[in-house]
Amino acid sequence: MRGKRGFAALVAASSLIVLGAAGAASNVTFIYAGASDPTYLDPALVSDGESFRIARQIFESLVALKPGTTTLVPELATKWRVGRDGKTWTFNLRRGVKFHDGTPFNSAAVCANFNRWYNWTGPFQDASASFYYRQLFGGFKKNESTGLGPPLYKSCRSAGRYVAIVRLNRRSGPFVPSLVLPAFAIQSPTAMRRYEANKGELVSGTFRPTGTYAFQHPTGTGPYKFGSWTIGQRVVLDRNNSYWGKRSPLARIIVRPISNNTARLQALQTGEINGYDLVAPQDMPTIRQNRKLKLINRPPFNVAYVTINRSKAPMNNILVRRAVAHGLDRAGVVRSFYAGRAVVAHQFMPPAVAGYEPKVKKYAFNPEESKRLLRQAGLTLPVKIDFYWPTNVSRPYMPSPNLNFAAFKASLERSGFEVRGVSEPWRPDYVKHVNEGSGGHLNLIGWTGDYADADNFVGTFFQSANPQFGLTRQGAHGVIAKLLDRAEAEVNQAKRITLYKRINRLIAEFIPGVPYAHSTPGVAVESRVRNYKASPVGTERFYGITIGGQ
Amino acid sequence: MLRFVVRRLLLLVPILVGLSLLVFFWVRALPGSPADSILGERSTPALVQEYEERFGLDEPVYVQYWKYVQTTVKLDFGVSSATHRYVTDEIKERFPATVELALAAMLFSILFGIPLGFFAAKRHGGLFDHGSLFVSLIGVSIPVFFLAILLKYVFAVRLGWLPSVGRIDVTSEVEHPTNFYVVDAIITRDWATLKDVLRHLVLPAIALGSIPLAIITRITRAAVLDVQNEDYVRTARAKGLPPQTVDRRHVLRNALLPISTIIGLQTGLLLSGAILTETVFAFPGMGSWLREAIFNRDYAVLQGGILFLALVFVLVNLVVDISYAIINPRIRYS
Repeated sequence: MRGKRGFAALVAASSLIVLGAAGAASNVTFIYAGASDPTYLDPALVSDGESFRIARQIFESLVALKPGTTTLVPELATKWRVGRDGKTWTFNLRRGVKFHDGTPFNSAAVCANFNRWYNWTGPFQDASASFYYRQLFGGFKKNESTGLGPPLYKSCRSAGRYVAIVRLNRRSGPFVPSLVLPAFAIQSPTAMRRYEANKGELVSGTFRPTGTYAFQHPTGTGPYKFGSWTIGQRVVLDRNNSYWGKRSPLARIIVRPISNNTARLQALQTGEINGYDLVAPQDMPTIRQNRKLKLINRPPFNVAYVTINRSKAPMNNILVRRAVAHGLDRAGVVRSFYAGRAVVAHQFMPPAVAGYEPKVKKYAFNPEESKRLLRQAGLTLPVKIDFYWPTNVSRPYMPSPNLNFAAFKASLERSGFEVRGVSEPWRPDYVKHVNEGSGGHLNLIGWTGDYADADNFVGTFFQSANPQFGLTRQGAHGVIAKLLDRAEAEVNQAKRITLYKRINRLIAEFIPGVPYAHSTPGVAVESRVRNYKASPVGTERFYGITIGGQ
Repeated sequence: MLRFVVRRLLLLVPILVGLSLLVFFWVRALPGSPADSILGERSTPALVQEYEERFGLDEPVYVQYWKYVQTTVKLDFGVSSATHRYVTDEIKERFPATVELALAAMLFSILFGIPLGFFAAKRHGGLFDHGSLFVSLIGVSIPVFFLAILLKYVFAVRLGWLPSVGRIDVTSEVEHPTNFYVVDAIITRDWATLKDVLRHLVLPAIALGSIPLAIITRITRAAVLDVQNEDYVRTARAKGLPPQTVDRRHVLRNALLPISTIIGLQTGLLLSGAILTETVFAFPGMGSWLREAIFNRDYAVLQGGILFLALVFVLVNLVVDISYAIINPRIRYS
């Protein structure tokens, strides 16, 4: 009898603990710090990371990236296929999904979103409103600016409630991969209509929505729904208890803006926040030494590179570009200035992106080979060059530009060059001069990807006559540019991968610049935060995170 | 008095015109254009050109200035190119935070500065005097951001006594109808929120108040030293008045005039936004907002925000001038 009572008491106690834990889980709030407020909450109209961070919690797209990777997985579409013409995409949609306002998710909702973007007029066609749509879809139904091209999108129709057929005007390989961007998330047509999502104006040249949707009523299908937004202080997101997937363990997420690096770190140390993004390299040792905190690696999704401007002699000579490649001590820079959080880059896209070619030509640091190549090019040593580098900036792929520059200058001067260093503030002079090609023979810069597709890296850099590298779409570059055109239009993923591998090999032979690092940015969280999967693309969903003994 | 006030208000017009010119041309003298800042790495020459056309940045400067004046007189400061929100809306949200912080900082510097200065003067040449001079020297010379980080490290990170960022507990669900959190909490008799808001004010107020504290201490000390040897003070003492009465009625009251002047000027300065303090404490006021605007070359925010703060500064000075007459009946304005 005593034994039975004891067992019953044990069961009762266990039940209480379990119930208690469940109760605690339902009340847990995760507080996270970003660097600033979101611009607004309609993801189709923003292009900044802080807005995307919020959007990823509220909204879902047809496709997504597997957490912590660049692998494309189904989200609101369970599967998709392209027709024989390469231009007709059929999406089979997830059933039983509802938007936060109760509107059912179906093919009509998907088409309403595509048509919304395509039919934008007036201020919505401005780059400050529709930056990513313009980048990926090229143009609108009626273009109102000469800078816009023909639209990629043609039409969308429902083939039953859960099948949407999207027709494009041309074949496009990046079409589906780019849909992971929050800018192409599926929003509730009812809420957008009710809260006037399609009303906006240009004031003094700047776009702003005039309806309340973008500020107070963003409505998606995601695991969290919008709660409130106090400008300068916080965005509150509440758990969507009707979510189609597993219920999130966190009841509430609060994202607060803290622009200062030290302030973010101190807020984590005091427990005022549970985690923060954009950890400054100098703060990483402090976090590592604190048992209550931990550093989570964001998989490398960037590339730091030195541009070689071919329009500036003698950089039009391939021998000189090879000499530059051999003269830059890339391994030394990565070893010395990235605190073990980067790998040496040999091509202009990170290894995680499909199309990465491990067998590209590599240029080891070799000062003697560099001098030999310069003499072979008929030049008298030392060869004088201008090398531009930025000040007032620290990027994930380039934490300390001054150190990178100093090391590269030293290695180039051992390799037959005489380097004149020119520094400019990152904003606004440096980026402008490098992008328009008016910087130096060599320039330090880099890129963080927006979505997991080779087109977002090598296509961005080398498909056009990019003045950053002094490119012309002639000769060897012409061949690369045409292959990039082909790869962009290819919809067979296996063929695309083959094409991009070939392109990467050609780029490594052509040497428009010298990639040197893929870095691993850090996210800091309390040690009791579990299941935080940092996304390579910069912002992640907090779905699945638990805190402490949840 | 009324004529004086009207004349000073009329003087605001040329002051504001001059200010608007200064701000307009200063912002445009900054290197680069907002297009490059906003577009960042993703900028292309074509996008920059489109942006500048849209902004009207390709028009002659005098045309841009005229457009700016036309909208500004309607109190329309435009839309921030970074946040895409109306500048006037942002001022409404952020200025109350700055006012609360500035007043808390002034309160701190007055409550500590006047007694420190007074007792330093009373113990002229002694250890306390030298100590207060040393403290005020430190207060003036230590960089505010350094002091702010130090305060946070000691009182928030190490001791855990006070919060390190923000204006209120981030999980608080309290409404703030006036945006003056202290006032709202008092009106609604929400003492828990009042305590929370005051706790968030302590460290930034000390950091921000360190310079006024040093100045007030020194001015008080000098003024008390001046006054305490005046004939009327010696007469009061000779009459046998208790020392506390002499200090209160004759020394402090007469020393108050230069102190009130400096308090007024310092309040005006603090209301102009505390860029460093607000940034380090993630305090959502005018200072942190303007800092972002400088980085973003946000013309609308810089022009509107600075003009608004300049107006506040001028008005505070007017109030200070008027208060002279109330504090010191010997002064009469005509």
